[in-house]
Amino acid sequence: MNRTSRTGRTASDLSRRDFLKAGSVSGAALLIGFQLGGDLIAEGIPQQERPVINPFYAWVKIDSSGQITLVVNKDEIGQGVYTSLPMILAEELDVDFSKVHVEHAPTDTKIYDLGTGGSGSVGDSWMPLRRAGAAARAMLITAAAQAWNVPTDTCRTENGRVLHGHPVRSLGYGELVEAAAKTPVPALDKVPLKNHKEFHLIGTSVPRYDIPSKVNGSAIFGMDVRVPGMLYAVVARCPTFGGKPAKFDATKARALPGVRDVLEIPSVGPGSFTAGGIAVVADSTWAAMQGRKALEIEWENGPAASESSASIREQFVALAEKPGKVVRNDGDAEAVLANAAHKIEAIYELPFLAHATMEPMNGTVVIRDDGAEAWMPTQAPQWAQSIIAGVTGLPTEKVVVHSVYSGGGFGRRYQSDFAMEAVQIAKATGKPIHLMWTREDDMQHDFYRPATYQKLSAALDSNGHPAAWLQRIVSTSIRLFWDRGDRVVPERQEIHGAIQQPYCANTRLEYAYPQTRVPRAWWRSVSDSMNGFVTESFVDELAWTAKVDPLEYRLRLLSPARKIKNPVQPDATINDTARLANVVKLVKEKSGWGSPLAAGRGRGIASHFSFDTYVAQVAEVSVGKDGTLKVHRVVCAVDCGRVVNPDGAAAQAESAIVYGLTAALYGEITIDKGAVQQSNFNDYQMLRINEMPKVEVHFVPSEENPTGMGEPCVPPIAPAVTNAIYAATRKRIRRLPIRSEDLA
Amino acid sequence: MAAITFEVNGQHKSVEDNPDTPLLWVLRDTLGLTGTKYGCGMALCGACTVHLDGKPIRSCLTPISQIAGKKITTIEGLSRDTSHPAQRAWITEQVPQCGYCQSGQIMSAAALLAAKPNPTDADIDEAMAGNICRCGMYQRIRKAIHLAAKLAANGKAAPKAAAKPAGGAL
Repeated sequence: MNRTSRTGRTASDLSRRDFLKAGSVSGAALLIGFQLGGDLIAEGIPQQERPVINPFYAWVKIDSSGQITLVVNKDEIGQGVYTSLPMILAEELDVDFSKVHVEHAPTDTKIYDLGTGGSGSVGDSWMPLRRAGAAARAMLITAAAQAWNVPTDTCRTENGRVLHGHPVRSLGYGELVEAAAKTPVPALDKVPLKNHKEFHLIGTSVPRYDIPSKVNGSAIFGMDVRVPGMLYAVVARCPTFGGKPAKFDATKARALPGVRDVLEIPSVGPGSFTAGGIAVVADSTWAAMQGRKALEIEWENGPAASESSASIREQFVALAEKPGKVVRNDGDAEAVLANAAHKIEAIYELPFLAHATMEPMNGTVVIRDDGAEAWMPTQAPQWAQSIIAGVTGLPTEKVVVHSVYSGGGFGRRYQSDFAMEAVQIAKATGKPIHLMWTREDDMQHDFYRPATYQKLSAALDSNGHPAAWLQRIVSTSIRLFWDRGDRVVPERQEIHGAIQQPYCANTRLEYAYPQTRVPRAWWRSVSDSMNGFVTESFVDELAWTAKVDPLEYRLRLLSPARKIKNPVQPDATINDTARLANVVKLVKEKSGWGSPLAAGRGRGIASHFSFDTYVAQVAEVSVGKDGTLKVHRVVCAVDCGRVVNPDGAAAQAESAIVYGLTAALYGEITIDKGAVQQSNFNDYQMLRINEMPKVEVHFVPSEENPTGMGEPCVPPIAPAVTNAIYAATRKRIRRLPIRSEDLA
Repeated sequence: MAAITFEVNGQHKSVEDNPDTPLLWVLRDTLGLTGTKYGCGMALCGACTVHLDGKPIRSCLTPISQIAGKKITTIEGLSRDTSHPAQRAWITEQVPQCGYCQSGQIMSAAALLAAKPNPTDADIDEAMAGNICRCGMYQRIRKAIHLAAKLAANGKAAPKAAAKPAGGAL
């Protein structure tokens, strides 16, 4: 499959994973753009010269006793890739999954692309891992056939053995592997794959490989890494973005027990975007934290000090009043609107958000004379690798980064600022360093989900259908923060979730951006988390204006089936309205849409296409007289193609719903004097168990290739809830988070 | 600096540290018991939950001066073989995603189950609302606590069944 074909990821648009390479310090990784499987290749090398990777070298390790180890080239951040990916290999390889070991791929850029993001782990690995497993199986059969001197097509496999004849004789994979690894690697695009009717593993709920270690304290997360001679470090960073220490006095800090060293580390710009600051190195985390408290630092705040949420909003409002850059212009929305007797207009606003992974950022680096070794809870181990190589001056291949369990990723661990800080301190002190971020560090030095302000206008035709849809997106572009020079296309990612809006033939979409120094990056579902809310809220407004049931209204607008392209990225995956309508129909059935509800309750629907996956959700809410909102039930219908591990996929949907609901109810990062005002879970609240709605997840049976599951269930939940609030109260929520004053 | 003596998971420990040092960092950095997690440092998230004489406490705000002579149980000491009913139920219900908060969740749940062997949903809300799960696995946590209550009840009726390790789930 074309890796770049997923929504919004095209050859000309650096994907999050491509970006990893482009953003790397050494630049070496930029030259190597591996795709897995049939074309495990370096980009730009002619087809005939492309090396074929032996699956016994890259993916499948079998020792002579028959113990099988399957290699995973994605990071386990909670999404279950240590189970779902080896399941795909094990299926084609024909082995007993309950007996395999799983290990993370090494940071070898010649073989693996280790970036984990864009909900792409299963979808991108599906064919390559099937082919790798099938190739390994074919090579084992070849070895057995040679041993028995029989044709390969008379051999079969079962549970880790090659079988032949009647009475049956067999050889275990462990007995065959040495010979098998030396047989020619089959052409990976031609190796026969299992018919899906023979699947015995894929499509079954396999218990997760990592879970037993996560209930007894034995799982090693980044923060749990301990190496000999290791010192603990924390960094005092300027609260104001871009600020630096003007001067500091470490006398008191150095006098504290356990404090070993205090040093300044410089900020680093494009590539890692660290704040720089004063590092305190100590014998324990607590000693380092106490040392940091004792520092006397005078900060030079710099130009960001004049920024605030209010000053950014002023730019938003001004920009939304004038035309932006036109990114989609189907039909003639402007003319229809100009002649419309009645226009529906609305303004929506969403704030900056922090990722707030449960495990704050951290990393461990050991620099030796002949190389460096690091343990990183990361979604981008090869980026960390290139950063460490750059700072130490070591060749990339002499830097090994172990990807350890991450306490949540959500896009935050796609950055490598923590790797940069850890290696800076390790280099300056000459000691093994375990860098620790506190919750406050994590909250105030994140790369935030952008804030947005959007103005929408529509006109309805005589059927009540939208005759024109004008959407002006203003947001704090991620691209503008990360991309430099002639690569900058500020709107490219910021319009996802709106650019393929399926409801109106006369659609005009515009984009504009303000200037800000607030760091931004990818937050679970990225722009779809914003544009999905706006689009699904506005279509709901149109349905109510047209006096049509909001679910039926969507079904009417999605019919007849159409394929909505992304005009900015013509090779992005199309939005197939038939598949979208299908999940709407499924959620209608499963939610009991239209059936009577208890007094005071309302139901809301939202549907959304993102990361190649189609999702519809129905929320049931009630709003008390005092404005107390309760979300009682969420029914979720998903078409993500073939489901590899159904219980794991359902867990992803449940998780995404809570992530999106938490943001809808509480999430807001505000800026004052160029600094984040929130600091911990007291002022950046999380949904808790007593607020958890009943969540039901249903999958559309499908034989399409698998698509994303980590993110696509985030965008619909906020509009499903606010649409339900409207149904219950006739109060339209147009800004997030949902405020009690907007409900009262 | 003074030596403070206490018991962790059945073993006597003597730690020389500032008496104000939170138990969390002594467990993690001094004693190498990294199963107990740091999440917020302000008793807001519950990731650092351990048992002090059987009762759940937030170790991030508990200075070691307060635990002298007392018994601490961490996730590593909850059972020798992952056989505590909560641990078995957590595996059966496939609760963890990233898993970072789950040591604290399980320690809170184990304390709840010890105090109320058959907790209601309201009991669960009250006992567990202090534990944040950023992956949002609350629905599974609730199911797992109800299952753990059943497993514990069955275990009392048939002690051999309760002793089965849970690792066989894979």
